[in-house]
Amino acid sequence: MEFLSFLIKRVLWSVLVLVGLSMVIFVIARVVPGDPARMALGPRATPEQVATMQAELGLDQPILQQYALFIEGLTRGDLGKSLLTERPVNDDIRETFAATFELVLCTMILAMGFGVPLGMIAAYWKDKWPDTAVRFFAIFAAVTPSFFLALLLQILAGYVLHLLPTTGRLPNSMEFEASWTGLLLIDSLISGRLDVFGEALRHLLLPALALAAATMGQMARLTRASMIDVSRQDYIEAARAFGIPEWLRVTKYMLRPSFVPPLTIMGLEFASLIGGAFVVEMVFAWPGMAAYGIRTILQKDLNAVMGVVMVSGVFFVLVNLAIDVLVGFVDPRVRIRGRR
Amino acid sequence: MTETTPDLMLSNAYQNWYRFSRNPTAMIGLVIVVLCVTAAILAPYITPFPDHVGAVTNFRARHLPPSAVNWFGTDNVGRDIFTRVIFGLRISLLLAVVVLGIAIPTGTILGMAAGYFGGWTEIIIMRITDVALAIPPLVMALAVAAVLSPDLLHSMLAIASLWWTWHTRMIYSITRQLRTQEFIEAAETLGASKFHILFREILPNCVSAIAVKTSLDCGFVILVGAALSFLGLGIQPPTPDLGTMVAQGASFLPDFWWESVLPGCAILFLALGFNLLGDGLRDLFDVEDVR
Amino acid sequence: MSALLSVRDLSVDFTTYGQTHQVLHGVSLDVPAHAQIALVGESGSGKTVTMKAIMGLLRQPPAHIRSGQIFYDGRDLLTLADNERLALRGTAMSMVFQDPMSSLNPVFTIADQMGTILKYADRRLGRSRSARDRMARVHEVLAQVRMRDPERISASYPIMLSGGMRQRVLIAMALLSEPALLIADEPGTALDVTTQAQILRLLKDLVTQRGLALLMITHNLGVVRETSSYVYVMNKGRVVEQAETATLFANPQSDYTKSLIAAVPRLTGGTRYGTVTP
Repeated sequence: MEFLSFLIKRVLWSVLVLVGLSMVIFVIARVVPGDPARMALGPRATPEQVATMQAELGLDQPILQQYALFIEGLTRGDLGKSLLTERPVNDDIRETFAATFELVLCTMILAMGFGVPLGMIAAYWKDKWPDTAVRFFAIFAAVTPSFFLALLLQILAGYVLHLLPTTGRLPNSMEFEASWTGLLLIDSLISGRLDVFGEALRHLLLPALALAAATMGQMARLTRASMIDVSRQDYIEAARAFGIPEWLRVTKYMLRPSFVPPLTIMGLEFASLIGGAFVVEMVFAWPGMAAYGIRTILQKDLNAVMGVVMVSGVFFVLVNLAIDVLVGFVDPRVRIRGRR
Repeated sequence: MTETTPDLMLSNAYQNWYRFSRNPTAMIGLVIVVLCVTAAILAPYITPFPDHVGAVTNFRARHLPPSAVNWFGTDNVGRDIFTRVIFGLRISLLLAVVVLGIAIPTGTILGMAAGYFGGWTEIIIMRITDVALAIPPLVMALAVAAVLSPDLLHSMLAIASLWWTWHTRMIYSITRQLRTQEFIEAAETLGASKFHILFREILPNCVSAIAVKTSLDCGFVILVGAALSFLGLGIQPPTPDLGTMVAQGASFLPDFWWESVLPGCAILFLALGFNLLGDGLRDLFDVEDVR
Repeated sequence: MSALLSVRDLSVDFTTYGQTHQVLHGVSLDVPAHAQIALVGESGSGKTVTMKAIMGLLRQPPAHIRSGQIFYDGRDLLTLADNERLALRGTAMSMVFQDPMSSLNPVFTIADQMGTILKYADRRLGRSRSARDRMARVHEVLAQVRMRDPERISASYPIMLSGGMRQRVLIAMALLSEPALLIADEPGTALDVTTQAQILRLLKDLVTQRGLALLMITHNLGVVRETSSYVYVMNKGRVVEQAETATLFANPQSDYTKSLIAAVPRLTGGTRYGTVTP
């Protein structure tokens, strides 16, 4: 019951953030450029052409009405037409988003799957060599530019060692239509194409690693700090006094309460992960939404760029919603008191 | 807050310095930062080929590997990469200074106001913060570059327009904890003005957290800026910029590896310096939760 | 008289920031079976270190046991291997923690925490019990600490319970495997005076009914008077006086004890327990 009201509050809250986000995007798209129609048509357009376009975009109406139109378009999922591809932005994004989603999802799994255990190891052997090694790794992971890491991985694993493919999601020679979820890893399993699954995984590994490194280091650092904090709590001493074995104290009694801060921050850091995806997709020629965004920016394709920004924001909000629900499950204090 | 005799303050500063100087990572960080800043400032005097900053071409010296003359080798038009890397530090540092010069005062004042006044002030400021957190700074800079034009100033403003949120969140939570403490209540009871409480009572208690965060953030702003120029949306050529150099050198990988790897290492080195320094300050000031 | 627990000449050092301090100087005390013994002293007197040494909870380093023996049931605990020591905790000797707010894990239900303690206690004792039997035992013990609705309590998270209820849960945890010796570390100090009185009454009743030995660690002479028959007074790492409780109050020998007794506020018609506020 408490959880339900917590959930409802959290969802309403996300909607509010999305409204704010739409305002920001509206300001960037319609107010900052001065005259979007002129911008879209270029300097050589005639005044008549500009006027026609203004009417088409509703730019001759008062600003509030323009915003209402913009919102109305958004609710219908209409992000306008891309100047670059001359197709609805909506379709372009839908086609490219799955690739980005697959990359980001694998990145998060990598970051959590390695970051949390590394943090536990560092906390358990605090001030011993494993701790030093993990902290060293965490700092280097945080300060290596993702594009630089991407390039290094590409040279090393791709060109020098010839271990893994360095571009795209699948080899050109491979025919496969990801028609269920758009995620190659899942669709290939559904259709029983293990060869596709293997290739998709091989293609995914380097980009995901390049993108995950910084978050992985951050997770390791946060988990370490949180575990050390929890290990000083009375309830851990009490568990010791009641004869709970050490492995259980570390993996259950300490891990679960220390899991909340890293998880919450992981949600907030998700924004920088999306930012990183823009760079990594470019380096690995990953056919995702971020790469699409960069191409359209260079073409001054305003509708497409705003669509990409909006979808990134929605992605961020949804991920944070999911993480908050997860935090609610992990920590009863959150779902009972309704706050972090 | 309390009167401290100069003597005591001196020994306090000395104690801090002593503890700081015994922390190896912090000292390495400080040395790297000082080294980079000095090199950037003195760039025209210490680099071997200061004129290679511009659109100089010397096709006979293209793609030379690192040597005693060209420490980091030369690029595809024969310019000395070491010279350009040192000048590139200037842009990276400028970006960090401008972005944080805007973000820190804004974030601090808004955070203190939200935390101390509460009510509608808090609701409005913190809700705006939540919206701003949802947009990755890099993506914002990209959008602004699309709308206006890709250049350094626009990128800096775009990044700064979001970066303050992190400072606001941090200062807000510190202020919230301070608000209920007795020295604040005492000041209120004594009739101190709101200005006095914010800037003389609360702000001094935020300084160590701000110092740590500033140092760490310098590194992260530099990384975002480098990513932007890597994508071709930073300062426009021929002005040397580390991210741009990595991007241009990348087309000559892996044969002429030095053209992108060495500028990349320079970015890493600079960010590493600020990060180690911030880490050391965090241990020194004992502010665990500043990230 | 052969005591259940017997501490002989215990000396402990602490090393912090490169400096070593001796915090216990040859402490000796006896807890006979079924007896209620108090160990009283102000903060820093060494009573907590003594307790931790008995329970085997001292972190070494920074602590270092310089000399002495701690006999439990005739065996010297300090010569036991770690796992043998662990085997005694929660089964032979159990501890009631001081702060009910911070001594329960916030993210697991009471049933989960108590069930886990019981499971591993059973395993050490070579017993086995089904999950259902374990829950039955958890509910039984919760009822013993006078909780009205054990099923509801055990399904709760600590945050849903009041301080007094959490303190009862902590007592129940200590009783799960029917230890012969209960060590209580100032239970209820974190609670208000009325609730603390109830908790102490409950503890005393449980100990007498079940014939447990109790070692009550406290700074509060009021608590000593209510819960124990024999007292050890500690100051600066030494036992400075020991006597029957009644004798100690009637005729204190050392100056330190006299000053402690003088510090108890005498409230005519006030609470039943005098409190020494720190």
